[in-house]
Amino acid sequence: MLGVERLTTRYGSITAIREVSLRVGAGEVVGLIGPNGAGKTTLLATVAGLLDPAAGRVELDGREVTGASPDRMLRRGVALVPERRRLFADLTVQENLLVAGITATGGERRERLGEVVELFPVLGQKWGAQAGYLSGGEAQQLAIARALMSNPRLILMDEPTLGLAPVLVDVVFELIGRLREQGRTLLVVEQNARRLLRAADRAYVLRTGSIVAEGAGDELLARPGLFEAYVGVGAGGEVPGA
Amino acid sequence: MTEFVQQFVDGLGRGGIYALLALGLALIFGVMHLVNFAHGETITVPAYVAFGISLAVGGNWWLIVPAVIVAAVLVSVATEFVAFRWVRGSSDFTMLLTSFGVHFVVVAVFVMAVSPKAKNFEKPGWIFNTVRVGGVSFEIVDLVTIGVTLATLVLTVSILRKTLFGIAIRAAAEDFDAARLMGVRSNRVIRSAFALAGFLAGVAAVFWLMRTGEAEPGAGLVPLLKGVIAAIIGGLGSLTGAVLGGFALGLAEVYLRAWLPGNLAGLTEGAVFLLIALLFIVRPQGFVTVRRAERV
Repeated sequence: MLGVERLTTRYGSITAIREVSLRVGAGEVVGLIGPNGAGKTTLLATVAGLLDPAAGRVELDGREVTGASPDRMLRRGVALVPERRRLFADLTVQENLLVAGITATGGERRERLGEVVELFPVLGQKWGAQAGYLSGGEAQQLAIARALMSNPRLILMDEPTLGLAPVLVDVVFELIGRLREQGRTLLVVEQNARRLLRAADRAYVLRTGSIVAEGAGDELLARPGLFEAYVGVGAGGEVPGA
Repeated sequence: MTEFVQQFVDGLGRGGIYALLALGLALIFGVMHLVNFAHGETITVPAYVAFGISLAVGGNWWLIVPAVIVAAVLVSVATEFVAFRWVRGSSDFTMLLTSFGVHFVVVAVFVMAVSPKAKNFEKPGWIFNTVRVGGVSFEIVDLVTIGVTLATLVLTVSILRKTLFGIAIRAAAEDFDAARLMGVRSNRVIRSAFALAGFLAGVAAVFWLMRTGEAEPGAGLVPLLKGVIAAIIGGLGSLTGAVLGGFALGLAEVYLRAWLPGNLAGLTEGAVFLLIALLFIVRPQGFVTVRRAERV
């Protein structure tokens, strides 16, 4: 479904990701882990069209979409749940969802509003509240609900549990499981690397802008010394900032 | 008390014009991070349109009013298409310089093509007529300005709050990249913001030109500066703040001019800026705090 070939993105003279290649098959949940500054967010932002790559290709269903704008990527079925959510704080929950459904027809939009409220009942209770006043858990649910409003085939999630209480982290991972059951394809960047590896079909380890390991989640978890070498903490603990 | 009420209405009349301009500037700042110093051209060009119509068919304001508004919208959209589209994504400073460039080019064109001197046209006959309400005398132009300004603001707020198009503009004004991630088309939303800002400026231009009755190459500069000041004291980027800033500036000007002793009346503008400086000591962010996301 998604193919990234030798992708390089720079901020001025600084190379954030260097010749990164990865593949995400339809219906897969693929994890992307690595220490802070590894280039995970840059990679997702480049795939989503927020950043222009300096070199390399991005393909979707075999068609090249390198450098396509974010709205074009969304229309092709790729939605990004950005790091720190980036909700429209002054807009209400309903307005956030309406904007997120701007690519749909009126009928589709109404239908999807009903679906996301069913999936996230708390949003129905906060319908008229400004997004800036939601709790962390509510805000994250709204961020994911927004992505679903365009009915995407591929969802890119950047740190979906960042800043959430442990109980809400469970909610997010449960949701990832439900999205997988719906047949959605997910590429997830997550600080809770062990948890992500358990939930993902496959994963890539990114370090200083390059892929240094890849494999099935269980396989990477079992690989001796991987976390110490590339992610930066002992194998016994969780991986902060990965 | 009578004078106080009269001055209040006068202040609202002036402030309404500033509010319309400030709202347009805030819209454009929101979607582009641009303090658009070319926004004054949405008054300068329509001023010459009004002058042209006056020359051709006389001071027919039934014709001038729609022509001024249409001209303002076209000028606003044209500046985006001709100038700002090419520097989109550049630094804020580059876009600011571009807006100055547009201003100076327009001034030069009118200096060369028409004249550096002001060209007068006929003001509406009723412009300085007054009406007495409850023993207080009001200029009709103030009442019409307030009424039309409020109606325009209500219409604008309805568009921004009730339509998907308006919600998308508000979303883009708050976090442009996040709006693009939601599928909002950048070209369309920016063009729409410029068109809406042009419409608001066009309504403001009608009342500004009714009062001045003249076209000159720098006709838009003074109202532009007032609009910029209003937008800044309201909290740059805040749509509500822009409206509040406009009315506050208009009221401050009128009351200070009335209250300052006769020999100090010339210092009104300076006193207004002193008030603004005091405001920024107390509230550096302006009336309304703007929550704005960092861009990727």
